Parts: sequence; structure tokens; C-alpha cells
Amino acid sequence: MSLPFVVFFACAILAVAGGILLILAREPIHSALSVILVMMSLAILFLLLGAEFIAAVQIIVYAGAIMVLFVFVIMLLNAGSEERTNFSHIAKFVGVPLGFFLLLLTAHWLFHSPAGASIANGPGSVDVPDTTTRALSMLLFRQYLFPFEATSILILIAVLGALILARKEQ
Amino acid sequence: MEFISQHPVLVVSIVKIAVLLFIVMTALAYLTWFERKVVAHIQSRWGPYFVGAHGLLQPLADGVKFLFKEDMTPPASDKFVYILAPFLALSLALTTIALIPFGPLTGPNLTLLGQPIFVVSNLNIGLLFLFAITSMGVYGVALAGWSSNSKYPLLGGLRSSAQMISYEVSLTISVVGVILLAGSLGFNDIIEGQKGYWLHVIPRWHFIPQIVGFFCYLTAAIAETNRIPFDLPEAETELVAGFHTEYSSFKFAMFFMAEYANMITVSCLATILFFGGWLSPFPDSWTWQNYLPGAGLVALAIYCAINTVVEMRGFFHRLQMGIVTALAGGIGLLCLIPPVAAVVQGPFWFTTKILVFIFFYVWLRGTLPRFRYDQLMSFGWKLLLPVSLANLVITAFVLLFLRRG
Repeated sequence: MSLPFVVFFACAILAVAGGILLILAREPIHSALSVILVMMSLAILFLLLGAEFIAAVQIIVYAGAIMVLFVFVIMLLNAGSEERTNFSHIAKFVGVPLGFFLLLLTAHWLFHSPAGASIANGPGSVDVPDTTTRALSMLLFRQYLFPFEATSILILIAVLGALILARKEQ
Repeated sequence: MEFISQHPVLVVSIVKIAVLLFIVMTALAYLTWFERKVVAHIQSRWGPYFVGAHGLLQPLADGVKFLFKEDMTPPASDKFVYILAPFLALSLALTTIALIPFGPLTGPNLTLLGQPIFVVSNLNIGLLFLFAITSMGVYGVALAGWSSNSKYPLLGGLRSSAQMISYEVSLTISVVGVILLAGSLGFNDIIEGQKGYWLHVIPRWHFIPQIVGFFCYLTAAIAETNRIPFDLPEAETELVAGFHTEYSSFKFAMFFMAEYANMITVSCLATILFFGGWLSPFPDSWTWQNYLPGAGLVALAIYCAINTVVEMRGFFHRLQMGIVTALAGGIGLLCLIPPVAAVVQGPFWFTTKILVFIFFYVWLRGTLPRFRYDQLMSFGWKLLLPVSLANLVITAFVLLFLRRG
């Protein structure tokens, strides 16, 4: 067994475990922590694929910025622990089977797609595009400049909207 | 043996991590001694003096004390998060040091099994990765404040998260100017790009064109590490000890070490980005500079020898100063041998520059009062952020015109 193989499975198991913990945890902070666990393991998986820039951005944006705000808000509101409810009938008879169906569908699709083939046959079996920061920024600021700028303006509008909503009445 | 030849990267990395961890842990312990000594002299006191000669064994005594104190966990705390927080703070603070190059990566006697010896991991997105790890650093503080389930830690944790989020923005933007000048995110490329001299003597460090960015970085870095004058999260007059009020024994020591490790990291980053990392400030043609590290240590040994005879009283203090003299003299003489002198050049300049920054930190602590909380926030958002943004825009425009024309 090669080292990347071991790291991949360790991170994959951690990511799935984090996802399950997120739902099962009763304290909001524990849920937030499990999301961070998922993000960190995903970042390591990106590193394994050679996408260093995306791995770093994954940590900076999700684990370092968004989840910090979540934790901050949970601390500020001092949210109590959640209450358990009984499993609803719709979830038991429709939701769980549908969830399994979705899982099977995803697995089926992965096995028959080039992305899945590259995972199954190991690294190097499929041509990976250049993933360096330089190549990525060339794409972003040359080929996809318009969508990139449009997204920035969209975010700016959203920020302004939040400011107006949060402003005190004069 | 076969394993070593099959996995040179893994084996060499483990050796480098072990050595670096030992050096950094010792440095952390002696930074507390250094800080207490410098602050004491600023305030016309002697500082630690009795545990060992000049208090040199004080860090050891502190360490033993931390280990043997009763480790208390508040009954109302969230046990798991309470224990996780100090580990998170310290491990994240120590991880960043793996990315720092302490000397040139290529050259004679600078590689082991084909791997550079002066850096644990030379990533070509080093800077970005360092920011990724430091951006996680806020969790240690925030979770410690929350999990203690007590008023003062919660207030300290809240203040600290708000402060770290606010100043992280300015910190990141203030170094983008350097990235533009260097054209790379890798630490080694950034340092190599600062080689050369203006008018044959002034080193081409980014400090000169990016002086505004440097001061923005320095201010934001002090706020990020929660040091005076930005140490509101642990303002003892208002919050007892802030986020680590409920921590005792070794968990408290871990927060303490994390703070000093963060200080080392931001000093390393300032050195790399603005002061040429391991580059010498003197032109290469001045060959006598190769003997500076050895000469400096020998001078220290002579000073210690005089001190042993003139000032020290009692057998044990004289013995300790004698050992320090022998160590400094021995290493100094070793560094005067030409091949060794060439190897220690890089780490010598790097360490010297870091020590200057650490001294600056301690100097600030000894002289400045603390900010008020609203002053802190308005300073960060209304002054520091616009200035660093303006610096970025101006740098980008100047570079655009210079490269076009």
C-alpha cells in the first residue's frame, strides 16, 4: 500500500465521519467543529490531487472565515443544545430509501465517468490539467474574466443589501 | 537502510521535524526569559536573577512548575472542547514553522539525501498555506473561551475572535504588494527575488518599495498575535486573564507557548517578505562577512568569561556561566572554519533578523499602554484597512506602468 493510498482513505473516513457527526451532535459548537473536520479532510484530498491552490483556499475560505463566523455567532447567542424528536413517518418510509437511492445513483455515475476512472485506476491514469496557481489565475482572469467579475458584483450587491437591512432606523 | 533509500523524503522530513521541534521548543522557553529580562531592564529592574546565573535556568523551573501543578477542569465546562482548544492552538502555531526556509535551499553542504536541510516543506504556495493555517488559529482562542463556560473567558474569546477576524483582512492585504513584486507565493522565490543591490550597497529588500505595506503588516501582526498594545482578549484589569482564565497547569503553558510560537511565525514572515529572509545585508564582495557569526559568538564568549570572573558569586553560578562561555566559544570557533562559516551564513542572518523583531515586540510591551476596544476596532477598519488597500492599488498601478514602459 502506498502512502497516498493510506492518506486518501484516512481523510475520506474522517470526512464522512465529520459529516455524520454534524447531524448527530446535539451541541451546535460540536456540529460546527465537525464541519471544520470535513473541510480539513477535503483540503488534504485536494492536496493529494495536486490542486494546492484549491486546498489552501478551501481552508482559508471555509474553515478560516465562514466557520469562524458560525462559531462566533453560536458563542454570541449562547445557543443551547438541541432537542431530540422522534423520527417522522415520512422520513422513515420515504426519506431513508430515497437517500440510499441517491447514494447508489452517485456511485453508479462515478464508476462510469472519467473522474471515477481516474480514482479507480490510481493517479496518472487520466490527464490532469495544469493545477498551479499561475495556470488557474490565467484561466480566471483571461478566459473566464466576465463571469468572475459578474460574481464579484453580485457579492458586492449582496453585501450592500445586508448593510441596508442591518442599518438602524434614522 | 533499504527503507531510507526508498523513502528519502519521508525519512529526511522526520529528522528535520524532530530537530526543528527541539530548537523551536527551546527557543520558546528562552523567549520567556528574554522577554522578562528586557521588560525588566526597560523598567529599571533586574528580572529573573536567582534561578541559575542571570536566571538562565528560570525557563526550566517554570516548565517543571507547570508540569506538577494540579490540572483542574471546571465542572460546567464542555470537556472535549476544553481539552481540544489548547492542543489546537499549539499544534497550529507550530505547524506554520515547517514552511519557513531558514537558509538557502541549494548549495554545497546544504542538502541531505538530495533534500534541502534548512526547510521542512518547500511549498510553492507557501505564503497562502501559511495564511490558511494562521486563519485557523482563532479556533484555539474562541473555543477555549466558549468551553470554559464562564463569564470572563467567554468575553475574552469573543473579543479575540472579533479582533483576529478584523486584523486578518489588513494582514493579508498588506502582503499582497510583496506578492505582486515577487510574482510568486513561494517563500524561496520571494527571498531569491530580493537578491542584488541598489547603488552597490543598499540591499534590494521589499522593505524599501513596500514601506507602507510593511508598517501595515507589522501593526496587523501584533494584533493577530494578541500582544500589547492589542492584548484586549487577555486584558488582566478587565477580564482576569481572558480566554485562558480557567486553564491551569500544562494546558495554560500550551496557550503560553502558542502565543510565543505565533510571535516567531509572524517575525519569520516579516523577515522573509520584507527583509530578504536569509540574505546578508552586505554585498557578496565583502568576504569578511563569512566570519561574522563565528566572531560574534567568540565576542559573546569573551564577555561571558569576564562576567563569570567579575560579577558571578557562588560556585554554581560561576559553573553555569563557565558552561555558557565554553558553549559560545566552542560553537564560535567551529563557525570560523571556512566550510562551516559558509553553511551557517543563511541561518545566522535569518535568526538575527527574527531576534530584532522579537526585541521590537518586547520593547512595545515595555512602553505602550493598551488600546480601548472601540479604538481598536475603528483603527483596524477605518485606518489600517484603507491604507493597506491603497498600498495594494498603488503598487499594482506602478508595476503595470513599469512593466509596460
